[in-house]
Amino acid sequence: MSFVALAAVFVTLDAYFIAVVQVLVYAGAVMVLFLFIIMLLDLREEKTRRVRLSAWVGGGLVIGGFVSALVQVISSLPGSGNTKPVVSNPEANDVALVGFTLFKDFNFPFQIIGVLLLVATVGVVLLSRKELK
Amino acid sequence: MPPSCFIEHPMPTLAHYLIVSGLLFSIGLAGVLLRRNILIIFMGLELMLNAANLSLVAFSRFNLLPDGMPNYNGQVLVFFIITVAAAEVAVGLAIIVALFRAKQTTHVEDLNTLKF
Repeated sequence: MSFVALAAVFVTLDAYFIAVVQVLVYAGAVMVLFLFIIMLLDLREEKTRRVRLSAWVGGGLVIGGFVSALVQVISSLPGSGNTKPVVSNPEANDVALVGFTLFKDFNFPFQIIGVLLLVATVGVVLLSRKELK
Repeated sequence: MPPSCFIEHPMPTLAHYLIVSGLLFSIGLAGVLLRRNILIIFMGLELMLNAANLSLVAFSRFNLLPDGMPNYNGQVLVFFIITVAAAEVAVGLAIIVALFRAKQTTHVEDLNTLKF
């Protein structure tokens, strides 16, 4: 999917750490999980369904409105025509700088994220047991 | 009026990245609104989260701090978003599997009861 291409865009923005994490998490974990689930629930009846016209019209209106609002906002944003400014130290270690910020300024949210991952893991194991009580 | 960035600059500008991010978000929103398969809806959600990540990284790179380095707070926020998205995918897919075991469908119009 587009996740790997998005990682390449992150590299053009000098965000190497985010690009690597994007490839590892999305291309490595999330897509494999999706493929497993799609294989697990073999979906045969998808082709026989017909989509209602009203849903397409309503959804198209919402998305068209969103895109036109987006174009207006971007074209009126100050500095939206700027090219990339030059960083003062292009040889800087991106991973080290993100890590310093993560552990100095965002230490508490980082630990909260750890607890969240633990809760999600336990919850998934509980949810995917054979019989739900 | 289209942004002027379409015509003259050979370098990508901030508007280019924002337009890509907005289009990704629109595609994800279209997937959520128009498709009736719950797996496709879930992929649309992932795409919208990725669009938010892209615009955060673009703003972090284009608005340098006074010392001339990118604003790494934005990239840390992207890191948190990726973590939460991974946890959300795991939990959501487990729920979808449990739902499929109970009802034998992934079609949202067949899932209209709160308790079964």
